[in-house]
Amino acid sequence: MSESEVAIHAQTALHGPNDLMEGSPYAIPSRKLTVWLFIISDAVTFGAFLFSYGYLRAATPNWTHPFESASVVNVIIMTFVLITSSLTMLGAVDASIAADKPKAMRFLYSTMALGSLFAGLHIREWFQLFAKGITLNSGLFGQTFFTITGLHLLHVISGVIALLVVATKYSRGSLTPSHVETTGLYWHFVDLVWMFVVPLVYLTNIAR
Amino acid sequence: MTAASASGNVIRKYLPVYFVLLGIFLVEVFLAFQNIPIVTLVLIFLALALCSAALGLMYFMHLATERRSLFLSLIPVTIFVLLMMNVIWSDSYRLLRMRPFQP
Repeated sequence: MSESEVAIHAQTALHGPNDLMEGSPYAIPSRKLTVWLFIISDAVTFGAFLFSYGYLRAATPNWTHPFESASVVNVIIMTFVLITSSLTMLGAVDASIAADKPKAMRFLYSTMALGSLFAGLHIREWFQLFAKGITLNSGLFGQTFFTITGLHLLHVISGVIALLVVATKYSRGSLTPSHVETTGLYWHFVDLVWMFVVPLVYLTNIAR
Repeated sequence: MTAASASGNVIRKYLPVYFVLLGIFLVEVFLAFQNIPIVTLVLIFLALALCSAALGLMYFMHLATERRSLFLSLIPVTIFVLLMMNVIWSDSYRLLRMRPFQP
């Protein structure tokens, strides 16, 4: 088998036979490049929200500080869960590239479970704020907090749904490891956004 | 070594990054309970969050081991998007004073 045939077989194993004709500018798989471009634009969206939040936060003297120690503990657990889900996602991508489908599925289901747990803890946090009378209509804090965390929660829920679809189709053989890899990129991005949301939105508003 | 057995090493490989990310977060929680002026605190948080993001991008998202062409092609796109955003910053100052648009 010639060197070019070996390369084609490797490409087929990773991306599937339909992707052999896929145009790849700069020799980058188009799917991966597209996800990266999406990530950049989405990062700018979050950046704009966080910038506006920071501006309002600094310009408002009587800012609400609703988070007590129980909320901080909840946020610590949520962060631990989300970072751990990134680790399991890495395992899923690696196992899928290594053609170890059962192991990849276990990691994918673990990531989905951790993502769902994160969403559940997030919603519980919201309901605790509702009980304190803080809603989307209760001033600048409520508006900015629920907008930013709501957008992030939407990303997490979308990610869990995307993982479910990709895992199901990957287990049936209709999707390839490259699909798992690009979904993983999105999932890691959601994790990275949380690294900015927690300190800026939660930790600067602790009740004293 | 089979491909399947090689797949078990990735968790161990990235565990140091995982613990560093958790460590950075715990440092942020510790700092949040100190009496630090809010502007200083936000600047420290931003710096730490940027470190976390850089670690995540380089290792979890494999940008460190990706083709250089991907890395290089993302830089002009990022600059372009930021420049486009710059167009609307002036609007934010106008809206701050709630003035209607006057051509």
